[in-house]
Amino acid sequence: MCLGIPAKIVCIDQDKQGEIDYLGTKVRTSFMLLDNPRVGDWVIVHAGFAISRLDEKEAQETLALLREIIEAEG
Amino acid sequence: MKQLRERKVIQGLLEAIRRRTSPLGRGTVRIMEVCGTHTMTIHRYGLKDLLAQAGVEMISGPGCPVCITPGAVHEAAIGLVTGREGLILATFGDMTRVPTRRGSLQTVIPAPGSMVKIVYSPQESLDLAAHHPDKEVVFFGAGFETTIPSIASALKQAGEAKRKNYSVLTALWLIPPPLKAILESGEVKVTGFLYPGHVSAIIGLEPYAFIPRDYGLPGAVAGFEPGDILLGIVNILGQLEKGRPEVGLEYSRVVAAAGNPLARRLMDEVLEIKDAVWRGLGLIPQSGLKPREHYAAWDAEVKFKLRIESEAGELPGCRCGEVLRGLISPPECRMYGKKCTPESPLGPCMVSFEGTCLVYHKYSQRQETGRTRAGTARKGSAS
Repeated sequence: MCLGIPAKIVCIDQDKQGEIDYLGTKVRTSFMLLDNPRVGDWVIVHAGFAISRLDEKEAQETLALLREIIEAEG
Repeated sequence: MKQLRERKVIQGLLEAIRRRTSPLGRGTVRIMEVCGTHTMTIHRYGLKDLLAQAGVEMISGPGCPVCITPGAVHEAAIGLVTGREGLILATFGDMTRVPTRRGSLQTVIPAPGSMVKIVYSPQESLDLAAHHPDKEVVFFGAGFETTIPSIASALKQAGEAKRKNYSVLTALWLIPPPLKAILESGEVKVTGFLYPGHVSAIIGLEPYAFIPRDYGLPGAVAGFEPGDILLGIVNILGQLEKGRPEVGLEYSRVVAAAGNPLARRLMDEVLEIKDAVWRGLGLIPQSGLKPREHYAAWDAEVKFKLRIESEAGELPGCRCGEVLRGLISPPECRMYGKKCTPESPLGPCMVSFEGTCLVYHKYSQRQETGRTRAGTARKGSAS
């Protein structure tokens, strides 16, 4: 089951283990699959592992594309 | 990203889709959503019917790991917890409800001192083994590339800690090979694929490249909001329009084209590719993973000398296999909604949160009344 809702890193130790805030709940998470994870990063978590970091620039581009398509439909 | 759920946005995207499909003629665009969570989004937001009206037929694919794990593997897990004393069988919640010829993990009676324990991550099962050195802990782990890195990590840690009372019964599946099997069989007409979001976050785009190259079919990786699904479909229709099929990427806020190399390195270090038998799809070459020789001591299949005859053991009357191949939709099964319900499932497709039958059943009321039943709607948002 894939959860598409991003979670925020709240703490992280030297071994890349820490916690995320998922809709207000703190969940133990491993960040070992991310390059240079930092507190405050938004991540996608699956089975206790952060598998990807949210890219804000790409998110903005998706929204820009969305606007473009909607405007074309009038 | 709440714009991806707004009514105005959804309507605009559906209009864009309708405009692109109308020159193609009705019934010509059939897109398979590979991922079970996509199936859920499509039904939860009523997109299946709206898309049909806009000229796109959606077909559900094999993207539910609980469902495609053959009955014989589930029975092997049951065999362990009922046949061995002092064994903790840890697994994800929906795995415990899958019916087999021997019942399910929830209905069987464990051997003295044994139990079934639901966990949310493989790491939890490893912690159980550390806290219960007197017990044998087996993690029954099923998953696609999204879940596999976390299972590989548990195996690696068990190896490093030389944790003797821990092993994993693996049911690890790769997403691209069954897509090839579905295309090769020619049983179902597909015009394009909506690729899974989080599997792709691990594997990237390259593993799908054979689909446009060898089969000339478009496809796009999409996210999990309703707007994501529709944007993915707009992407696919754009490729059809231009006659240039490729692997499109709509979910770039999460998926990098190269995937997650750290996750793939971990998988490769601990696991190796094997031919695997899928429920409904049968034997697919190089479609599964198993622990490498170095980790054989933590491979439950080796440790307990399990003989799993995956081709046997399907339940009579259950058409889950045909649903997984995209051949039939759940209401075409005689058992659906009658003998087979979420409360009393006959097969895994009615058990898993990503199972096509459960998703249909949960949201089927919508077609009749325009809204879901109050109780199920709430359950849906919490899952």
